[in-house]
Amino acid sequence: MSEASPKFVRLRPRSFGDAARRAWRERREAAVKWLFFAAAFSSILITLGIVCFLFSESIPFFRNVSLREFLTATEWSPRDEDHPRFGILTLAAATFTTTAIALAVAIPIGTVVALYLSEFAPHLVRESLKPALELLSAVPTVVYGYFAIQFVAPILRWFRPELPDYSMLSAGLVMGIMIIPYISSLSEDAMRSVPMLLREGSYALGANRVITALRVVVPSAFSGIGAAYILGISRAIGETMIVAVAAGNQSLFTFNPLNAAQTITAYIAQASKGDTAHGGIAYQSRFAAGLMLFLMTIAFNLIGYWLRRRYHKAN
Amino acid sequence: MSASPTITTRAGAVAAARTDYAQAGGLKADVRGLHFHYGQRHALKNVNLPVPEKTVTALIGPSGCGKSTLLRCFNRMHDLYPGNRYGGQIILQPSGVNILSPAVDPMEMRLRTGMVFQKPNPFPKSIFENVAYGLRLRFVRDRKTLAEEVEKALNAAAIWDEVKDRLHQSAFKLSGGQQQRLCVARALATNPEILLLDEPTSALDPIATSKIEDMIFALKDSVTILIVTHNMEQAARVADFTAFMYLGELIEYGATSQIFQNPKNQLTEKYLTGSFG
Amino acid sequence: MQALTDVNRLIALRKWQDRAFIAVGAGCTALGVLALAALLIKLAVDGLPFISYRFLTSRPSELFPDSAGILTPIIGTLAVVVVTFFAAVPLGVATAVYLEEYARKNWLTDLIEINISNLAGVPSITFGLLGYWFFCTLLGLKPVVFVGGLTLAILVLPIIIVTTREALRTIPSSIREAAYAAGATKWQVIRYHLLPYSLGGILTGTIIALSRAIGETAPLIALGAGGFVPDPPPGPLSSRFPFINFAWLQKPFMALPTLMFNWTDNPNVMFRQKAAAIGLVLIVLTLSLNAVAIVIRYRIRKRIKW
Repeated sequence: MSEASPKFVRLRPRSFGDAARRAWRERREAAVKWLFFAAAFSSILITLGIVCFLFSESIPFFRNVSLREFLTATEWSPRDEDHPRFGILTLAAATFTTTAIALAVAIPIGTVVALYLSEFAPHLVRESLKPALELLSAVPTVVYGYFAIQFVAPILRWFRPELPDYSMLSAGLVMGIMIIPYISSLSEDAMRSVPMLLREGSYALGANRVITALRVVVPSAFSGIGAAYILGISRAIGETMIVAVAAGNQSLFTFNPLNAAQTITAYIAQASKGDTAHGGIAYQSRFAAGLMLFLMTIAFNLIGYWLRRRYHKAN
Repeated sequence: MSASPTITTRAGAVAAARTDYAQAGGLKADVRGLHFHYGQRHALKNVNLPVPEKTVTALIGPSGCGKSTLLRCFNRMHDLYPGNRYGGQIILQPSGVNILSPAVDPMEMRLRTGMVFQKPNPFPKSIFENVAYGLRLRFVRDRKTLAEEVEKALNAAAIWDEVKDRLHQSAFKLSGGQQQRLCVARALATNPEILLLDEPTSALDPIATSKIEDMIFALKDSVTILIVTHNMEQAARVADFTAFMYLGELIEYGATSQIFQNPKNQLTEKYLTGSFG
Repeated sequence: MQALTDVNRLIALRKWQDRAFIAVGAGCTALGVLALAALLIKLAVDGLPFISYRFLTSRPSELFPDSAGILTPIIGTLAVVVVTFFAAVPLGVATAVYLEEYARKNWLTDLIEINISNLAGVPSITFGLLGYWFFCTLLGLKPVVFVGGLTLAILVLPIIIVTTREALRTIPSSIREAAYAAGATKWQVIRYHLLPYSLGGILTGTIIALSRAIGETAPLIALGAGGFVPDPPPGPLSSRFPFINFAWLQKPFMALPTLMFNWTDNPNVMFRQKAAAIGLVLIVLTLSLNAVAIVIRYRIRKRIKW
């Protein structure tokens, strides 16, 4: 649409008042456009706000804690009065372990489900199962936390009696269940958009559905499937309530899933509860932890965004 | 069938084609009373078409006449989609089996035929792996055999010289014409009994088209070829026998030279002179 | 080619492969659905006995589990969601309209789009920290209803933006062109043609976004709104002119998911059991909202044939 009004030759005489009306209309259009732009720009402001506060609130923290200790120490005990330790690796190890367990559940199941729904399932089955699976991602995560300690953990204890009440295993498994629809839905969309012509080429050579799915469809949809995996990773890293409820709040540097441990997100939740002294270094540590969390997720989000762009271009 | 070894030009070969297909030494396939329904739509009506062995048979006709539909019956591609129904028979020689019968598994026909599509559709793999795809499907695993067969197929598709140094590069790096020849090589690698070509050059420029037509001419003596083309001159250039179809029916069939020079049906003549289509 | 028996064996093997994968695929899908069913059943079994009219209408208490009810968090959640709705929907729809109708392909537009995509992937607790910093530290406010509502609005903004953009994209350009050809200005096209047609999609996105806002706990905790608040904020209606008061916006609140979080961890067993009851209420709320959204999306797709 043109922005300025071009100088046209009038084909018929103007009526009086035309100019005023047109000027008012053009001002209104410009105002509307700027209003909409301001709305869109606000998203940049929000991100700027996040970056701003994460860095500004972490500065007082890093004045007291060396970056070296933060990144390399393996103990995290901010509320220890005599000997507070701030090794983010402790929390990061728990985040890593729970994420790994969740992905070990969600990626295989999610991919197989996506393949099944996209390449094998009859139309009716797909249309009814897909929304049912998407409901898995609509359940509030605190409810998942309850489910983890009241249902999943007792079942796991039946196999492994030494499992404590709170463990990274039960939290990770339930987190995996929650993430399945993220992976299956996006992967399936990627697979469905592989053109039928490619599949026909495979079938015409005598292939069956499995081989066509695995050796033609999956490689073609690779970027889209990768973007789905990255989204799952990002979601698992950022999940708070399931791990806060079910993985316990023990600050422990461990990769053993049978242990209870506190993730970065669970720590931030705990530190935000009323019982931590405001303004103290323990309180500031939650911003440092938040900064770490933000950097981790933004890295994965950018990779995922880039993958999705590549996959859209390829199609 | 004994092809005259002294015929070197395509035009000459076509002119020398037998007018009586019975003399051609036998049929590869015989379409008898074929009907086909896409759901409610009656797309093919009582088609009777002989397909002589080791010749090129062209299917021509205006858009929507059913030529691609007929072609895809030969490898049961319609079975991939729900709601399609076959009627009548396609008898495959020398076994005499009706390949449209529900007792015949579609996969078996696809293992015996090769198809090249209108748009080139190479897999997201290397050139070598594209051609080897069909062989691997048939559990050919020995590396030497694979390499030999791939080279043979790429040679037959007249593309070996252009790709022999980059067999392990992605197939997408080839031009459109090269990709289509790659698809032909892929179809030939498994020694199909019938090669089904569905408007193989409609997406290609004239030079690539010419290369593919040369290749078809060279292949003719070793494999039966069925080609669908919307370009009637192409049929005149490459085919021994031509079938003209219109609105789902086979209007006229005969040796190419007879069809083009002396069409017996008025509809055929109108199509060939450009009155419609 | 191989002999005939080889071909038959090959075909049989391939068909068996297909059948095996279908079994595995259907099994995995069933596993997912089963997990959902197990969750629903477990919460129903644990929580249903505690759900009663009294439970839904009495206030919670920190000391007496038997008389504790969830009236406060019900109203609290409702109040916060209302604020979220009025903040997120206009902002989100305006952003989507800008991106679809006004934005040109330049670096600024790309930046905005990357931003929205990134915001969609930011962990929800980070928004709570943002809200705390902006409203509590910077502006000196307490974590009251409108602070909570605005924080959740930022959280669900990307959902509304994405669904509105999709709704706008499905409107064919012929509609726009016809309107422009009749002499309409851009705003007139948007207001009288595009927005009415995309209303269904916007509604779907709004429902999904609000359902998400109802279930979010972490941002409220980080905001400092996870503590125990016994009384709900006062109602918006008053008996004097102008009959609507806004005092409720500035009162502290407690939401359903944060109370459930508190009770799940509680040493008292009855609180833990009542936590399941809250969970059941939450599930019923969020899943039925999502189901409504899915139905609306389905009916729109069927009804509108461009």
